Amino acid sequence: MWCTGLRKRYGKRTAVDGVSLEVGRGEVVGLLGPNGAGKTTVIKMLLGLVRPDAGEVMLLGRPATEPAARARVGYLPELFRYQPWLSATEVLELHVRLSGTDMPAEERRDALALVGLADRAGDRVGGFSKGMQQRLGLAVALVARPECVVLDEPTSALDPLGRVDVRDIVLSLKARGIAVLLNSHLIGEVERVCDRVVILDRGRVAASGSLLELLGQHEVRLRLTGVPPAAESRLATAGPVHREGEWFTVALPVDDAATVPDLVADLAALGVRVHAVEPGRISLEERLLGILRDGSEERP
Amino acid sequence: MTRVVLTVAGLTLREAARRRVLLALAVLTLVLIAVSGWGFSRFAAGTGGTLTSGEARLTASILLNLVMFGYSLIAALGTAFLAGPTLAGETESGIALAVLARPIRRSAFLLGKWLGLVTFGAGFVVLAGLAQIVVVRLTVDYWPPSPVTALGLLAAQTTVLLTLAVLLSTVISPMASGVVAVGLFCTTWVAGVVGGIGAALGNDAVARVGAVSRVLLPTDGLWRGAMHAFQDPSALLQFGGADGEAFPFLSVAPLTWAYLGWAVVWVAMVWGLAAVSFVRRDL
Repeated sequence: MWCTGLRKRYGKRTAVDGVSLEVGRGEVVGLLGPNGAGKTTVIKMLLGLVRPDAGEVMLLGRPATEPAARARVGYLPELFRYQPWLSATEVLELHVRLSGTDMPAEERRDALALVGLADRAGDRVGGFSKGMQQRLGLAVALVARPECVVLDEPTSALDPLGRVDVRDIVLSLKARGIAVLLNSHLIGEVERVCDRVVILDRGRVAASGSLLELLGQHEVRLRLTGVPPAAESRLATAGPVHREGEWFTVALPVDDAATVPDLVADLAALGVRVHAVEPGRISLEERLLGILRDGSEERP
Repeated sequence: MTRVVLTVAGLTLREAARRRVLLALAVLTLVLIAVSGWGFSRFAAGTGGTLTSGEARLTASILLNLVMFGYSLIAALGTAFLAGPTLAGETESGIALAVLARPIRRSAFLLGKWLGLVTFGAGFVVLAGLAQIVVVRLTVDYWPPSPVTALGLLAAQTTVLLTLAVLLSTVISPMASGVVAVGLFCTTWVAGVVGGIGAALGNDAVARVGAVSRVLLPTDGLWRGAMHAFQDPSALLQFGGADGEAFPFLSVAPLTWAYLGWAVVWVAMVWGLAAVSFVRRDL
């Protein structure tokens, strides 16, 4: 799934401005950004629900303007509502029929079981709680053997247990080589499952890349006693040092396998007593906030 | 394409059944049939041979047209208020998002909705109308001259109004689309009656009101065709010939093929507009 130069205006307001992104097979890409950044509009343009003013979208090798391009695409909308007069099984049947696939009833039952609705299969959707409707939406997105799945805020109505289920489902999709685009406010969730992240701010891509690229800055925290000046200067050669009592935090510009062991060996050779060595990492949340703040300073 | 249209049409019919629309219409129809059946039988007993056979047929024709108007009004209200929620309501609530993200054309989805609604609305007027004709036959021994044409035209009238409601529900809110569709239906009917009065009085300008409104929205024209097929041919003469035009429950002329053709073109055109509006819409 890829798109390039997507642009959308609603009246005078530009909702999306030149967004390009790509999700490969077996890859999980996270879409992050503040409210109103245009994440849902981008997703709707990818699925042909909103007509872009400019730009191009390809789904599984076909232009998205052809309905057939969506034959193997599963979608859980942010606004998840399903026909309240149908039962959960009937909703899945409807989507299987509309997707043009032919599959045994057993697979539909499995899809419901996967999201924990096996014992409510025959109940009308009208009686479902929000969380159950979202679970049903997930089953709808997964039912027609998709090769590409778009999940827009898939855990907004779920309890902590449900969130873990969604995380496991996304990881199993990835393992099966399915492309997943995940829009979520829960940064921890994105950090755990996504290979790459695209950060949108005011309709533009503010940053994108793999988690390693975005969170490139690594730190190491050391608890040291008996630190001679020579050891302090050795620490400083590794990177900028911040000291709090016995704790030294060193920001490492490069993340290779040798930096930390070499540093510890040198410190020990200099007679420093090393009590603890902990890896530290700038969290995605800090990085996201940094990017969004920088963005708002640039464009007051 | 066909698979999508039929699936969506079936879904629309199932919605009408599950949302108790079918049940509500069935109860209303039974009440109307019972009341009119009682009325017709009282009428037959009360006049007890004092009326000439011509007068009896005239009265039966007028009453039948009046009751049929009741059915066409129920069908109009029912389908117009069904079209709004099923189309505009689904886009508003988000139900349409997951459905339209499937590999289907929006025009096929719209055609399916329309087909489901037409089957429902037309099916209702035909079945209720048929039941009514049988009741009239049993109570006052009157059988309309061409019941098939009459019921067909009633179904066509429902289809016309429903197509308008579908167009409206692609551009305005579900509630507004029902109100506007029924409002226009009633306005056209009133314009038709006013036009009839104008014609009876020889006032061309007023008569044109009816003619123009019948072209703009063909519901009233089709309704007049249906009335003509329900009423006894002698009824109009009995009523006083051309003066009958001023009376809303008798029709002076049968429907022309040209007008029927226009109604078909009108439906195709309005449906096309609805499709264009729906396909271009951002959800």
